[in-house]
Amino acid sequence: MAGTAVRGRLTWELAELVEVVVETPHVKTIVLDVPSWPGHRAGQHVDVRLTAADGYQAERSYSIASAPDGTRVALTVQRLEDGEVSPYLTDELRPGEKIELRGPIGGYFVWEPSDGGPLMLVAGGSGVVPLMAMIRTRAAARDDTETRLLYSSRSEDDVIYRDELERLSGNGLGVVHTLTDSQPPGWTGYARRVDPEMLAEVAPRPAQRPRFYACGPTPFVEAVAEALVRLGHDPPAIKTERFGPTGR
Amino acid sequence: MDELMLDGNAVAGLLQEVFAVEMTTAVGTCGGCGAPGPIAAVHVYRGAGIVLRCPHCGNALAKIVKGDSRAWIDLTGIRVLEVTV
Amino acid sequence: MPPEAAKLVVSRGWRGRRSTDVDPARIPPGQYVTRDFPVLSAGPTPHTSLELWDFSIIGELAEPRGWTWEEFLALPSEEITRDIHCVNKWSKLDTVWQGVSVDTLLAGIETSAEYVTQYSDGGYTTNLPLEDITGGKAWVVFAYGGEPLAPEHGGPARMLVPGHYFWKSAKWVRGLRLHLSDEPGFWETNGYHNYGDPWQEQRYVGD
Repeated sequence: MAGTAVRGRLTWELAELVEVVVETPHVKTIVLDVPSWPGHRAGQHVDVRLTAADGYQAERSYSIASAPDGTRVALTVQRLEDGEVSPYLTDELRPGEKIELRGPIGGYFVWEPSDGGPLMLVAGGSGVVPLMAMIRTRAAARDDTETRLLYSSRSEDDVIYRDELERLSGNGLGVVHTLTDSQPPGWTGYARRVDPEMLAEVAPRPAQRPRFYACGPTPFVEAVAEALVRLGHDPPAIKTERFGPTGR
Repeated sequence: MDELMLDGNAVAGLLQEVFAVEMTTAVGTCGGCGAPGPIAAVHVYRGAGIVLRCPHCGNALAKIVKGDSRAWIDLTGIRVLEVTV
Repeated sequence: MPPEAAKLVVSRGWRGRRSTDVDPARIPPGQYVTRDFPVLSAGPTPHTSLELWDFSIIGELAEPRGWTWEEFLALPSEEITRDIHCVNKWSKLDTVWQGVSVDTLLAGIETSAEYVTQYSDGGYTTNLPLEDITGGKAWVVFAYGGEPLAPEHGGPARMLVPGHYFWKSAKWVRGLRLHLSDEPGFWETNGYHNYGDPWQEQRYVGD
């Protein structure tokens, strides 16, 4: 795409917390208002920075969960048990208070309806966040690109956006869950880690030239990417984003 | 493969801070094995500073150290870098 | 002008995960004390088998010397308790190691070298004046906290040179090369300070 380079040095802006949404026992979405927000593309992330009174700082990256919506930016944050930043964002920050944020960041792991499909999204745990931004962007645009989400979670309680995904299913969007640790009574879906067999069953055929986005912990993403290549998919069509310990 | 190793997406903010342009879509050709690929797909290690390594051969493509107001970037492991302008 | 120095936006009530009940005299300028042991690395964790591992002293000396893993473990070793300081601003107090003093490894060596480079599996190097790793200032350590040194923390053996920022204590160390002249290493050639004294806050070139 010629001439669409994202330009300009990133600067830290002040984002105000507007609303907190509980997603699962360990996950919340914080909705922020960023006055100078230039808009964003699904798949991009922001860097968040906290500063203590004595100057100590910590920085973390969070994927944007929301479709573009004026100055509103939603981040879905998993509260890590001994986390340095996440517990503050999910449990301490109060509506009206502000945090430093810079973004939007990223130009590779992005999708917009004009990119087309068929679109295959593979999520490991909280890796679903940037993929949900893609699904929400698609819905807001009333786009009907054939899209499938294969979403791996530990248990039903850990599935983020469960109701919304169910509501958005149809109109070309299919959602397949796999629950790796425990399943509810009567569960008939996948009950194991994502593997080549599962991908072969769920993903479009190579001949359909699908576009893949896989996001989650490094081992998950590596295994998925390798399996897709073995299934005959074109490596440049497989985009990956690894989640892991970040910050400085 | 190390669980701690992330990819170029994790340093997208730092790279944009340094280069003033989005860099994860830039395509680097490894000076070691000659393989091209987007910066988003390189392996990123955090030591005292940041090291970007070729996902095919492990060659150190780039090293980045960020001080308070200065940054040092060694790109000698990249034979050529293609960027959108 | 450092932009962050202009004004700090303080996050109400946030302290981070560091320890604050410490004697400030033990903390070099700009450092914060952590309870964790962050794992930082310039590359993937090597996994050299102990059968193939050796440690060498090479370069500017009459006869190179070396030890297999068994020979190395048979050397006199000691327990060392020190504070360590990373250039990324975290410090860890009273870390306990088991290791062989570099003085033991260099005992009896005749050399006109004034500098030494630590070199590691994976290609990492870091440099110091020879006088800063001798005289009880440096060890090759193989245990941390009473346990064999984990690969992610530099095992089977790493350097411990507490008087400098911790990038000057090479993980996965395989030897010391003695030189007549200084040869800046992996990070010293890329912005980090050539000497790296935490008490002088020598983090970057020119500090």
